Amino acid sequence: MSQLTDMTLAQMRDGLRAKTFSAHDLAEAHLTEMEASRILNAFLVETGDKALAMARESDKHLEAGTARPLEGIPLGIKDLFCVKDVPTTAGSHILEGFSPPYESTVTQNLWHDGAVCLGKLNMDEFAMGSSNETSYFGPVKNPWRRAGSNQDLVPGGSSGGSAAAVAAKLVPGATGTDTGGSIRQPAAVTGIVGVKPTYGRCSRWGVVAFASSLDQAGPLARTVQDCAIMLKSMAGHDPKDSTSLKVDVPDFEAAMTGDVKGLRIGVPKEYRVDNMPEEIDALWQQGIEWLKAAGAEIVDVTLPHTKYALPAYYIVAPAEASSNLARYDGVRYGLREAGTDITELYENSRAAGFGHEVQRRVMIGTYVLSAGYYDAYYLQAQKVRTLIKRDFDEAWATCDAILTPTTPGPAFAIGEKADDPLEMYLNDIFTVTANMSGLPAISIPGGVTKDGLPLGLQLIGKALDEETLFRVGGVIEEAAQFTAQPDVWWR
Amino acid sequence: MSVDQDTVRRIAKLSRIAIKEEQVEPMTGELNGILAWVEQLREVNTDGVPPLTSVVEAKLSMREDVITDGGIPKDVTRNAPETEDGFFVVPKVME
Repeated sequence: MSQLTDMTLAQMRDGLRAKTFSAHDLAEAHLTEMEASRILNAFLVETGDKALAMARESDKHLEAGTARPLEGIPLGIKDLFCVKDVPTTAGSHILEGFSPPYESTVTQNLWHDGAVCLGKLNMDEFAMGSSNETSYFGPVKNPWRRAGSNQDLVPGGSSGGSAAAVAAKLVPGATGTDTGGSIRQPAAVTGIVGVKPTYGRCSRWGVVAFASSLDQAGPLARTVQDCAIMLKSMAGHDPKDSTSLKVDVPDFEAAMTGDVKGLRIGVPKEYRVDNMPEEIDALWQQGIEWLKAAGAEIVDVTLPHTKYALPAYYIVAPAEASSNLARYDGVRYGLREAGTDITELYENSRAAGFGHEVQRRVMIGTYVLSAGYYDAYYLQAQKVRTLIKRDFDEAWATCDAILTPTTPGPAFAIGEKADDPLEMYLNDIFTVTANMSGLPAISIPGGVTKDGLPLGLQLIGKALDEETLFRVGGVIEEAAQFTAQPDVWWR
Repeated sequence: MSVDQDTVRRIAKLSRIAIKEEQVEPMTGELNGILAWVEQLREVNTDGVPPLTSVVEAKLSMREDVITDGGIPKDVTRNAPETEDGFFVVPKVME
């Protein structure tokens, strides 16, 4: 059945409709891969029985000719999304055993469109990390390794389980969330496509909150088209999320015309950072050449406040996290550690339940919001955010989308950057601007390093203009002909 | 701005995270590393710049002020570590 799992999501959709195979066959093939690949640690919960039951339901629809857009397509769900009656931990000890009595809107949308749930995917604890190493349930291994090496590499983060599962073909697509780069960065270092939509495109309801003004759900899949198909089902207005936008969801797949003639692509000089590896710069140049050859016009743009995006992020995100994570108190759900009084119960539960990175961020957030420091840190960071957004607004006067590398380097070894938080934070240097400004962005595999590790190109678009990203992304994908595959060592 | 060890103890208290004495010094170093790095934001001139409140221009939508949910105490308390008769149980708060 291995050929079933090799297909793209779009090919699966077509094969199901043509009755070449059943949704049950497809679910079983993926469950077999999932069970054989546990060494990757990509899944936290496997929902095999649920998957087969949903697949049988899909087969009825396919038989009756009432197939929905994602009928019978098996998907993995990042463990930040609540799936009713399925354990949801957000990668944290403090939520171990939590079983939500409700369904997140994004997953509800997917099931409503006929998708099949294979399980919950590992992630950095509360989505705080860029390597999946902060998960209480252990790091995820990247299916990719350096040529000739057996060393385990990180899959990026925080949607590391999602990225690894898609790259290893345990699932054709997975949900992710992106607060500072958590969809695009893991997609880039595992050789797949990831999309962070415009803030407000997907509902945050039922998604464990990290930094509410930045969090946005999106798809990870092996092709641009597959991401377009998934996003169409995930997105849409939801009255239960007041920041969810009341706008129509376009047909993203139809936007992939293959034609970028006359489109203006901005190249921001500020993304050419110090010590940028030569391979990253070379890939960027290659991306520019591909788009030029396809008839796009390349224009230089300037985004002067780029360098301030990451430090501002590390004020805004921890501040919002410290507030969001106040709910984990050892009383209403999750881990509880005894204390002589209520305060000590809170303190002991949170000390035992949160990992080190989460504790550090909650404390930074508490500090920058505390009396006397609010203006100097949080307010200043929010003002800087306005300037970052204005940079983009000005750039849109001369270009339709912006091309940059996705990450400053390829996947690194497990443990390599774990000791230095600042070095870890720099992984998000190119992705975080889109979160700070709320703009949509996509990462597309562009090529491999001399060691054979994948690298990604990022496109940032205007607010609510994901269609241009899919259109240009499709052209980059076509030009890149990224056919490299990791050697299968994990099963 | 940097923090000293007393400040770190105070932040831990405000964060409701028990911190062991031997963790105070390394945590002070880590927080100061991050705070020194974000310090660069001070060089940005933000005179007359409003803080960003909404990334996409949108009016917060209003809904009718009616009850849409409720009557599900079992669901609300089912994940709690300790409950009694549909209530959450905590250590005694008042004498």
